[in-house]
Amino acid sequence: MHATLQLDQNHSKGNSKLFFTVWVWLLVITAAEIFLAYERIEVHLMITILLGLSLIKSALILAYFMHLRFERLGLFLMVVPVIVLCVCLMMIVFFPDSLRLTHLPQY
Amino acid sequence: MSEAELEGILESPWSGGVSPLAVNSKTLGMWLLIISDSLTFSALLISYAYVRLSTPNWPRPFDIWPEIAKSSVMTFVLLSSSLTMVLAATAARSGNVQKAVNFLLATITFGVAFVLIHATEWITLIHEGVTPWKNPWNKSAPLFGGAFFGLTGLHMVHVTIGVVYLAVICWGFNKRKWTAEHVEVSGLYWHFVDLVWMFIFPLLYLLNVTPK
Repeated sequence: MHATLQLDQNHSKGNSKLFFTVWVWLLVITAAEIFLAYERIEVHLMITILLGLSLIKSALILAYFMHLRFERLGLFLMVVPVIVLCVCLMMIVFFPDSLRLTHLPQY
Repeated sequence: MSEAELEGILESPWSGGVSPLAVNSKTLGMWLLIISDSLTFSALLISYAYVRLSTPNWPRPFDIWPEIAKSSVMTFVLLSSSLTMVLAATAARSGNVQKAVNFLLATITFGVAFVLIHATEWITLIHEGVTPWKNPWNKSAPLFGGAFFGLTGLHMVHVTIGVVYLAVICWGFNKRKWTAEHVEVSGLYWHFVDLVWMFIFPLLYLLNVTPK
């Protein structure tokens, strides 16, 4: 009974106006990304900005559309840190190696 | 162990019989699927970054028309489908079956539109001579097509599965066969597919725009 009550409380969060606002922000950030793609920006800076904006967009989707903001902290801790950790581990292994390939001596 | 300590453990949300994460098993199962699926896409995106970094003169063939214009419209379509999906879940929760079904149908329509626009884009590229093992722009970067078709293909499969999934849920919810929870769980899957595109679009399209 205790758990059922909690579930009902969780489900009452979020309304149409909030979702519309999030949608507009997602569109604005997407437009900014497309605009940036046509600007002359140094490639490392470009990747950093684009990935940063994508992370903001995914955070908005996770928090509001996927309701993670209104769920218990335990669910967030179960979902997000593990993905961040695994992605970081993959990056640590692969990026130095791919960059090494471009710096091989020319024969 | 003192009696007070034992009491404390039995009253904790982890002692069993209650739901410590305050979600039902269907929702939890979908979150677990999303975790594993996001790692699959992460691995593919990182392998794309790997071949791109280790390949000199990676081709950057995309122009405003057709690729960037089409993929921008696809992004708009997918974001809008997420909005209609979340509105469908809200309507389903408040017991408004007809409204929820209408929003679900709108989401399905957006999903089908996404796949159709994507398909025309693929056909254009295939006609230009792009395959998973060669491309017409740079012979020393054979994996351009592999990365492009692999990533967008897996995403398109997810969208197609999502459209079928939503159609089944829509039918079942309309028949009062299934509950609002089914709609919400299918929504989680659909938003995840949208979320993945938020990474594929800048990394695979915007970073491959032909420099001015």
